[in-house]
Amino acid sequence: MVGRDGSILPLELSRVGFSAGGRPLIRDISLRLEAGSRTLVLGPNGAGKSLLLRLCHGLLTPTGGSIRWGDGAMAAEGLRRRQAMVFQRPVLLRRSALANIRYVLGLMGMPRHRRQAAAMAALARFDLADLALRPARVLSGGEQQRLALARAWVMEPEILFLDEPTSALDPAATQAVETAIQDFHGSGAKIVMTTHDLGQARRLADEVVFLAGGALEERTPASIFFKGPASARARAFLAGELVC
Amino acid sequence: MHDLAAALSTAASLVSSLDPRVLAVVSLSVQVSGGAVVLAALIGLPLGAALALFTFPGRGAVVVVLNACMGLPPVVVGLAIYLLLSRAGPLGELGLLFTPTAMMMAQTVLVLPIIAALSRQVVADLWEEYGEQLRSLGAPRGSVVLTLLWDGRFSLLTAVLAGFGRASAEVGAVMIVGGNINGVTRTMTTAIALETSKGDLPLALALGLILIGLVTVVNAAVFMVGQAAKRGMG
Amino acid sequence: MLRRIFMAAVLLCSLAGQGMAQERFITLASTTSTEQSGLFGHLLPMFRAETGIWVRVVAVGTGQALKLGERGDADVLLVHDRLGEDKFVAEGFGIDRRDVMYNDYVLIGPKDDPAKVKGVKDVAEAFKRIGAAKAAFASRGDDSGTHRSELRIWKAAGVDVKAAGSGWYRELGSGMGPTLNTAAGMNAYVLADRGTWASFKNRQSLAIVLEGDKALFNPYGSILVDPARHSGIKSADAKAWHQWLTGPKGQAAIAGFKIGDEQLFFPSAK
Repeated sequence: MVGRDGSILPLELSRVGFSAGGRPLIRDISLRLEAGSRTLVLGPNGAGKSLLLRLCHGLLTPTGGSIRWGDGAMAAEGLRRRQAMVFQRPVLLRRSALANIRYVLGLMGMPRHRRQAAAMAALARFDLADLALRPARVLSGGEQQRLALARAWVMEPEILFLDEPTSALDPAATQAVETAIQDFHGSGAKIVMTTHDLGQARRLADEVVFLAGGALEERTPASIFFKGPASARARAFLAGELVC
Repeated sequence: MHDLAAALSTAASLVSSLDPRVLAVVSLSVQVSGGAVVLAALIGLPLGAALALFTFPGRGAVVVVLNACMGLPPVVVGLAIYLLLSRAGPLGELGLLFTPTAMMMAQTVLVLPIIAALSRQVVADLWEEYGEQLRSLGAPRGSVVLTLLWDGRFSLLTAVLAGFGRASAEVGAVMIVGGNINGVTRTMTTAIALETSKGDLPLALALGLILIGLVTVVNAAVFMVGQAAKRGMG
Repeated sequence: MLRRIFMAAVLLCSLAGQGMAQERFITLASTTSTEQSGLFGHLLPMFRAETGIWVRVVAVGTGQALKLGERGDADVLLVHDRLGEDKFVAEGFGIDRRDVMYNDYVLIGPKDDPAKVKGVKDVAEAFKRIGAAKAAFASRGDDSGTHRSELRIWKAAGVDVKAAGSGWYRELGSGMGPTLNTAAGMNAYVLADRGTWASFKNRQSLAIVLEGDKALFNPYGSILVDPARHSGIKSADAKAWHQWLTGPKGQAAIAGFKIGDEQLFFPSAK
């Protein structure tokens, strides 16, 4: 992260709302995400977890309220290059694993002659070096997700969003992805992640943001949340009851 | 039945004897239609992709017009290019009328809407799948055009082949701007029209069979290249 | 990769240009009937051997050939519509119209001759019988020289083909060859020039039912496009062709063109 001035964090949402087709899907969420910690966004289906991530990442524009990065003075272009997102199903280009990484390095403005070595290093880091020349689209689900993580890695993001990154993976692949997330965190990246897997949330979370019905129910340090959440809905959710 | 048999045997003997006049006509057809398709692809692929990716007022109307232009009558295109290239027309000074270059121009105009409209559709579908990811990676729209064209290359190949089919099969435009001059601008299709006029139906049909064979060979070659590349790319 | 595609395009264009290796050439606008008879295949090599000039023939209907001349897209014309030719010269598009040759029209019809035309000498009388019998007749219907001649004969016969509706009288809007193909398909009478008929292969049950009437005389003229009207007209080489065609060598070559034993065109330059 050499040569970067200032941090884009904290990320500050104030009274953010989002509606589609006249239906409010996110209501009045105010939230301040600080650097460093791992924030897990939990909640029942349809609570708006994925939407919240997309609003934060800038893939969607709020229909109410505002989102502010850092001191609020940074250009949109600069902001995008300092965050990354890993989706439930990674979209990989129809070219080799290596070329997928090189493509992102090109977008980041790295000179052509340096891309090969940097891409190989990233693949090796995620245990994909042997698959470098394989077409990305024929890799297994777990390998594809690791490639998506390697792709995010070379962007050196200050904040990494992950939307249900392991929900389609087997336990071994899930383990590899969790290790990778810890690596990102270890390198100083802020983690913001959604998951359905409460065990995973326990393993990874520093704090929990709990949503229900598009609204923020509570925000609690993980150690407290999993012992006894403040809101009735979160208690019901943890108890395995149907919550809407 | 008798005519068809005669046509088959004529076609076989024309091909096996490598008749030089037939070879000249075949090679001119390939050059004119091939050149037109290459030019139309160079313009049409980025144009179609840009139409899929950039929104602007009136885009819907442009798409409708482009799709409608897939059905441009070759004779009308030929006439328009003729008026353009005629000595009395705005580009008359170039002296391009009744040359293979003029024929290539006319066919480029015919093929361009097909390639542009089909690639717009291909790229729009890809953008549905890739859009969020590419925006997340911060890819600028301009470079997304090239990325999606490359990732859609197997589907786009079909669009280009459709263009080649249209170009190699049309007679109306090349007849008008080429003039069907023996040894200079006579292509497979204008030769077929001429032999039909002369009532030599077996010869006309034989030339037609050779044309179909040629188009089949081109399609087979592209198909095999595509399959091989696809196996490599998943 | 884009660069490679571009190079390929340039290469293709230059390949296509190879067909243009004939450096010295003129463009002759003529009629489908002359082209399809094979006359040019006979004349042009002789002219080229003598002068080194290639003649590129664009074969269209007489009306369109005159239009090509008007716009300067041809250097010289060889057409057959005396009235149209005189108008073309009078309006200043062409110069030095000369008689070149003539052939004649023949009336083609089904061998079983439903209108009983065989044996008739007068073509107007034959047309009258076709009209009375309401026998199928295929007309060019394309305002060509042949079509205009056909309409003059109907007028002389006193038959109003416009009133015939779409029944027995069929306007095809096609060139000579396609019209003959259609006539063969529907067993119709048709007026054709002798040259196209002689080299026409798909006759099926059609044959000549009437020939030799003076009203069937079909003269061809050569006209130079006026070089003063357009830049780029190759007037010197066009004039060489014009003079050769109407001179002793060209006239002899025309007389020498035969299909089978039949002479198709008769030289008529003065």
